[in-house]
Amino acid sequence: MATTELDQTGTTTAARAKPAPSRKSFGGVRIYDHVVLWLGVFLMMGPLVVAFTTSSFDHVLIHRQGMQFGWGGQFAETYSTVLNQQGGFTGEVTGWLMTKNSFILGIGFAVGKIVISMLAAYAIVYFRFPFATAAFWIIFLTLLLPLEVRILPSYEVVQQLGLVNTYTGLIVPLIASATGTFFFRQFFKSIPNELLEAARIDGANAWRFLIDILVPLSKTMMAAIFIIMFVVGWNQYLWPTLMTTDETYFTLVRGIKQVMQSMIGADIPKYNEALAMAMLAMVPPVAIILIFQRMFIKGLVEQEK
Amino acid sequence: MEKSQFQNPWFPYLLLLPQMGIIAVFFLWPAAEAIKSSFYLEDPFFGNATFVGLDNYRDALSASDYKRTAWFTAIFTVLVSVLSLALGLMLAVSADRVLRGQSTYKTLLMWVYAIAPPVAGLIGVMLFDQHIGPLVDFVAIFGWEMRVGVNYWDTGLAMIIVSTWKQVPYCFIFFLSGLQSIPTSVKEAAKVDCRSETRRFWSITFPLLAPTTFFLMILNITYAMFETFGTIDLIVKDQPGNSPVTLVYKVYRDGFRGNDLGGSSAQSVILMIIVLLLTIVQFRLIEKRVHYN
Repeated sequence: MATTELDQTGTTTAARAKPAPSRKSFGGVRIYDHVVLWLGVFLMMGPLVVAFTTSSFDHVLIHRQGMQFGWGGQFAETYSTVLNQQGGFTGEVTGWLMTKNSFILGIGFAVGKIVISMLAAYAIVYFRFPFATAAFWIIFLTLLLPLEVRILPSYEVVQQLGLVNTYTGLIVPLIASATGTFFFRQFFKSIPNELLEAARIDGANAWRFLIDILVPLSKTMMAAIFIIMFVVGWNQYLWPTLMTTDETYFTLVRGIKQVMQSMIGADIPKYNEALAMAMLAMVPPVAIILIFQRMFIKGLVEQEK
Repeated sequence: MEKSQFQNPWFPYLLLLPQMGIIAVFFLWPAAEAIKSSFYLEDPFFGNATFVGLDNYRDALSASDYKRTAWFTAIFTVLVSVLSLALGLMLAVSADRVLRGQSTYKTLLMWVYAIAPPVAGLIGVMLFDQHIGPLVDFVAIFGWEMRVGVNYWDTGLAMIIVSTWKQVPYCFIFFLSGLQSIPTSVKEAAKVDCRSETRRFWSITFPLLAPTTFFLMILNITYAMFETFGTIDLIVKDQPGNSPVTLVYKVYRDGFRGNDLGGSSAQSVILMIIVLLLTIVQFRLIEKRVHYN
């Protein structure tokens, strides 16, 4: 891994330094590239910008004149309504509560997945035992059948266990898929053998080797997986929709469905509040991947190997 | 290379216990239940279930509704996979070539990756809304009266556009990183041998990206089949009367709304088989790919 990283940085700097002079003769190429990228940015970001600007307008105005491109000046009112207004049947749900639940789901999912899959990958890579291959294949099988395919029986099982409307029922079944295990398996395999030999000579047992050597070595890897898994967890929709009938467990993404349902019956739907909610549900995952961009990309691309 | 390993009679099992426990309870058990109830009529969880053999499968597959949904899923999956792949590649190639502003472009182009499918769906619903949607106004200029939620194919098109929009950044990130890992020596040599940039791309760069393309294709297919659920759910607005839906959506609708447990389970099992077949194909092709490296 260290070598590929070197290669990549070496390549990019060299590529940037060298072809620059020859590019001048093909001035048109660069303009083409910028045009393509600008169009791409326009198509990617345009909808989000319009959604954001529209959310700052009054809903009656949006209803009459369509989505807006300017600044409506209702920003503070709308967003504070969405965050503080007590909605739902019970009147207990606020935007803040949903945000809290989203964070619990995102962090719980990411941490749970990292701990569980790291332990499993450690067993598979570093131990010789009779059922190692069988265990590997069972874990692999979970990759093939996403939760969506077995959604109804999964729901029945969780219901039988009495886990509907609990954080456990919300988070744990989602952890069943083994993406994380494969990340760590790949990573552990790339760690040189000499490290284990040296640790053994120093008298480290299996537990010490994991805690004192592998965990510190995996820090970057863990952070990268955390970022990816946090986004995946935060963005869960179908499972939370089924699992949480009690509104105090709603996440922001789950709340989107609620907002949509309230819009269907309304004379003048509250477009602005719906969009504000969409913006709120978007901000944390976007922020985390933009702030930790390098780490996120590295972790994501690692999947391919 | 052989990895040096520990030997311990019980420790590895202890390490595997959490993962295996969760898999057993929340994966193997439900999957077994799905297979079992696909052979029964009525609800096996509240008694009175009758074994009906393959009837549920026969009913599911012969229903015209199912065929229509299967067709839409196939078209939807192919279009979303191919379009996001093509757009992602086009953007990555340009982003790899520009010298100035690369990181800004990258940031703005990967942004949408982090958006949840239902959030994308909600924004899509607004943009394609009859009253307030700017995109509907836009196509009206060309005399096209787009009626999302009413017209079958207009709704389908909106789903395809929103789902593709959501998946382009993913492909972009992978292609860009693939392009940047091509050694400079190869790029330079290609430049000497072939002056046409287009030909150079198709005869050298693109084949080098083949493994990435292949990997993305599989991921895109899984994305389009399963992860678009949220987008579709929002666009059909909970009232999927005449609207197109995907097979996964139908499993959910028949099971939870229609209370047809047997039929829904049979559809689940059919989907599982499709995914397994896709995986086998994937493995066959990966074996081929190993020879390159």
